[in-house]
Amino acid sequence: MNTQYIKTIYTLFKKELMSYFNSPIAYIFIGVFLVVGNWLFFKDFFLIGQASMRGYFGLLPWIFLFLSPAVTMRLWAEEKKSGTIEFLLTLPITDWQAVLAKFFSSLIFMFITLLLSASLPITVAFLGDVDLGPIIGGYLGALFLGGAYLSLGLFVSSLTKNQIIAFVLGLVACFAAFIIGADFVLAGAPQFAVPVMKFLGLGSHFYNIAKGVIDSKDIIYYISFIFLFLWLNVRIIEGRGWK
Amino acid sequence: MIEIKNLTKKFGSNIVLDNISFSVKRGEVLGFLGPNGAGKTTTMKIIASFWKPTAGVVEVDGLDVAENSLAVRKKIGYLPETVPLYDDMRVYEYLKFVAEIRGLDKEKVRERIKEVIKICGLSKVARQPIEELSKGYRQRVGLAQAIMHNPDILILDEPTTGLDPNQIAEIRNLIKELGKEKTVILSTHILGEVSATCGRVVIINNGRIVGEGSPGELIAKAGGKEIIYVKIKGPKEAVLNKLQEMDNAVKVEVKDRESDEIFGYEIEPKQGVDLREYLSMTVMNNGWSILEFSKKSVSLEDVFRELTK
Repeated sequence: MNTQYIKTIYTLFKKELMSYFNSPIAYIFIGVFLVVGNWLFFKDFFLIGQASMRGYFGLLPWIFLFLSPAVTMRLWAEEKKSGTIEFLLTLPITDWQAVLAKFFSSLIFMFITLLLSASLPITVAFLGDVDLGPIIGGYLGALFLGGAYLSLGLFVSSLTKNQIIAFVLGLVACFAAFIIGADFVLAGAPQFAVPVMKFLGLGSHFYNIAKGVIDSKDIIYYISFIFLFLWLNVRIIEGRGWK
Repeated sequence: MIEIKNLTKKFGSNIVLDNISFSVKRGEVLGFLGPNGAGKTTTMKIIASFWKPTAGVVEVDGLDVAENSLAVRKKIGYLPETVPLYDDMRVYEYLKFVAEIRGLDKEKVRERIKEVIKICGLSKVARQPIEELSKGYRQRVGLAQAIMHNPDILILDEPTTGLDPNQIAEIRNLIKELGKEKTVILSTHILGEVSATCGRVVIINNGRIVGEGSPGELIAKAGGKEIIYVKIKGPKEAVLNKLQEMDNAVKVEVKDRESDEIFGYEIEPKQGVDLREYLSMTVMNNGWSILEFSKKSVSLEDVFRELTK
């Protein structure tokens, strides 16, 4: 892996990131995220009277659940629909470069959105003594969880040329991956499957990190999850069996 | 420069390309001709390494496309049939992206974009979003994209479809100009385009090559047939009977009708026989008269129709 390899990814990445901001989707997305996030946060914040963001981080996976597929739905589907994929994949770039550029552009976009919601922790820090650990953990966890959702959504987008289908399927897939380790699902699952499901679910790892406990097990889990779906994505792009 | 050996492409049980082989020499402008759905686009997609062949090999400059895909892609400029462009970008922005992703030196990017904009006549629209461009300008942006890195090989899939006659002439001139120093494969189903731009032609039908050669050679191969067109004033049945009685006529048919008395006939004489004198005598002896008389040579169009029937 040399600098040329990275430079190519960076060029693609820039273009992808720019195209978010060339379309209204980015602004709608950021707007919705900020409004919903702030409202859900401040709704209870003063009632509880605690300088903590636990409630907020409890909700974040659910907000991301809807927003991540919206971020990724067009990434491949639109290229396939408009035929630009034929241009993209006949450039002197590898399939991995194309997939990585798309993934990182969506991840950075989500990161920017998170940055814009930094008013929340700042407010909390003003109003009382905060325990920084869970807040940093919460944001780190959000980034990993977001990355996992995005890699899954990106993969789903490569399966279709219809953005709506990419969104709905992406949502279902993310929901399934999140819910599989949730308590109320585990309660109904056969006993022997519980630990496996709990480990596979996206949610439990997020709540671990969000508690401020940064365990390499959770980080490795997320990185493997992301890698798996990027790899599957590359396989689909390589196949190019579509007409 | 480009060697295509026993190329086959199947989609499921549908055979799109059936074991085709041909080669393109350096500096040649090759016309790739065939009816819609013949397999032209598929072949080009495989050369550009978008699709993989089911069987067979494509070699560019001695490099196997399947194995050295990236090296081959660097040598090729490709304009797909549908002219896919990123509609949300501006023309300049898009060309800059192409220049960067093609790995042009940073200092040269600006200069090269300027050059390409000039070559393709895009200066008027350089700041416009691509989605607002007319079809003609889109085509030019597509071409600009293809020549950005000054590739040795250009693959142009129906570069003039959907353009008005002025634009077609412009694009053709551009291709001719480019063809002076580059190897060009150009697909089309417009025959005028081939005689206007290409040195050699490959005709493909139903996934098979049915003809190959320079436009002149192809016409010669089609038998060098000539056809006599004659407009005769006289009763149709009687004239037709008399014409068909001629020993040296292979085929006689009524071509068009001017009035109840005047019809145009096409006569194909036997190879090497000049029928004209005998024909005029026959008509006169019967008291009819000839109003028009012309000899038609077989055109590339006839060859095309003959080969792709």
